[in-house]
Amino acid sequence: MPPFGEPLATVRQDGPRRVLAGIDAAARRAGLRPGMAAAQAMAMVPGLHLVPAEPDADAAALARLGLWCLRYAPLVALDSPDGLLIDIAGAAHLMGGEVALIADLFARLERTGLSARIALADTPGGAWALARFGPGGIVPPGGLATALAPLPVAALRLSPEIVAALREVGIERVGGLMSAPRAPLRRRFGPEPLLRLDRALGAEPEPLAFLTAPDVPQAAARFAEPIGSPEVLKNVVADLCARLVPDLERAGLGARRLDLVFRRVDRLDQAIRVGTARGSRDAAHLARLLTERLPRIDPGFGIEEMTLTASRTEPLAERQLSGAVLGQGPAIADLAALIDTLRMRLGPERVYRLAPVESDLPECAVRRVAPLSAPSGALWPADLPRPARLLDAPEPVTAMAEIPDAPPLFFVWRGARHRIARADGPERILSEWWVADDEADRVRDYYRVETEGGERFWLFRDGPMEAEGRWWLHGLGEA
Amino acid sequence: MLPFGAPGLDQALPGGGLALGALHQIHEGGPRGRYAASAVLFAGGILARIDGPVLWCLHSRDLFAPALARVGLHPDRVVYCETWRDAEVLPAMEEGLRHRGLAGVVGELTRMALTPSRRLQLAAEGSGVTALVLHRVCAGEAVEPESTAARTRWRVSPAPSDTDTNRHLGRPRWRLDLQRCRGGAPGSWIVEACDAQGRLAVPAVLADRPAAPERALRRAALR
Repeated sequence: MPPFGEPLATVRQDGPRRVLAGIDAAARRAGLRPGMAAAQAMAMVPGLHLVPAEPDADAAALARLGLWCLRYAPLVALDSPDGLLIDIAGAAHLMGGEVALIADLFARLERTGLSARIALADTPGGAWALARFGPGGIVPPGGLATALAPLPVAALRLSPEIVAALREVGIERVGGLMSAPRAPLRRRFGPEPLLRLDRALGAEPEPLAFLTAPDVPQAAARFAEPIGSPEVLKNVVADLCARLVPDLERAGLGARRLDLVFRRVDRLDQAIRVGTARGSRDAAHLARLLTERLPRIDPGFGIEEMTLTASRTEPLAERQLSGAVLGQGPAIADLAALIDTLRMRLGPERVYRLAPVESDLPECAVRRVAPLSAPSGALWPADLPRPARLLDAPEPVTAMAEIPDAPPLFFVWRGARHRIARADGPERILSEWWVADDEADRVRDYYRVETEGGERFWLFRDGPMEAEGRWWLHGLGEA
Repeated sequence: MLPFGAPGLDQALPGGGLALGALHQIHEGGPRGRYAASAVLFAGGILARIDGPVLWCLHSRDLFAPALARVGLHPDRVVYCETWRDAEVLPAMEEGLRHRGLAGVVGELTRMALTPSRRLQLAAEGSGVTALVLHRVCAGEAVEPESTAARTRWRVSPAPSDTDTNRHLGRPRWRLDLQRCRGGAPGSWIVEACDAQGRLAVPAVLADRPAAPERALRRAALR
């Protein structure tokens, strides 16, 4: 290996010639391209390091990378020699959405020294074109035609001969191919250009050969007659889960993530991926999680094979029993099944517990923790009364106090005037200096007040009265 | 059965306390029904006295957990889910109610019709998990004109606290109206708000008095 930063290229034999196979970024900057004669490249870049290409090792590395990409989605296909196609439909929710998934993938590849161009589109062909010939990035659903139009026709995975022939009749861009009359195109160039175009745009489906992960607990069912009705699918899911659980049990594992792949008769595979909050071997629970997602699956003309894989597992020692069965009181840990179901429906970030944070600022006193994290036992200071409702943003009120540092006599909030019968305060809160924008925002004098009707409010003044501090309403109710 | 420990209250309820494994409705009296700032603490105080974890289905981001902890509901016990709309709250509640071992499920709802209330009541009966619906209604909006399958319906309103404290704040007080109760009698009480164990108390001054003022309140509630 040459020192980092110096141009490097691999060389393969092409008949009598030695040509460049792969080049690194430095070599690309120096003007080299794959397919160039090695002698010409050496003449152009004197410091070029040449090493023999190892296509077999490259293919093996790509396959390894493909298996690693199963972390993102259950359906990954190799696009040899240097690409991967990942079908993230039904899986992006577990990674926090498409944008987060792409960002994570990019960052992890970069950390391992791999440069990558990533595109996300409705079809494999569209994503391929945009990653290799376009800007990459995410194409919103339905935006593929617009995104592909300016790309050269080679982006449709056409053979060089057809690209050259199209150029002769003046079609250089995908947009040109889209607007050209179809019948003459087919007569002159055969079915390939239109098929590739239709696949890229999604008008024609594209079957892919997806990778399967080795050495993970798996259960598969093949059907003599293709199936498709929701009830049958549901039964198969239950059956697969029941068969997977003994495997997990033998290995002492609990499933953290399940992939269910549906092989359709037309070879258009679909998949469901679900995650659990903690390792589980409860067949009924796992089946319920998968069944919730079943409506997203389009069986097409029928499904002939289903494969259930526990693609992520964690050690789970003893037989799973709920705490109630063991005679202990009910505990948070027994809620795993309920929490999985709610997270599945609402999104993982919308189910959580709250825990205390040591902060004087009320809005910073609470943080979210994972719903099944171990109970901390921590509490907020017991001696400070707090409002039942805390407004997301304090609302300005007009208030009047007789003398400095006395609680107000009345305040006007949202047009309604409230006479204050009783009050306590001030409780002075100094915000952390790194939170406040300027000195004036740092002091808050909180008053707990009760109106004549008995309603309790939490008011504060954001500065001393002599400094013309303004009044705000921050909370309602009190405990 | 969960007694409140306040004699008048428990006598009005069949069995001498709040029925567990059943659906109860709670809403806030007064102009700020949308915040239900007293009702939320009344619900917290009930759950504080039942063993087990709690599922809380949120309507908006304004619940302040430190206050719940102060009525005895420890944050370690509560799982929150952000179900912003009624259409999300109801199925989440039902899911929770099917889960034996929970102390209770709270759902913050703007309205509840008869059919969903039946589903919740059935699920609660089936599992023994107590369901509390916390109504968040806008000022002036009628609460539940239609009847529901809930066992009880409570209205919690702020009431002036002890006046003898020389303009300082004593323990908050609520006016508690039991507006509907299957097999029991409606009634109204002035109570001292939940303490750190979630217990209500009858104010000493009122407790000493004869029952006359209470009857007057009761009539007012029935009108």
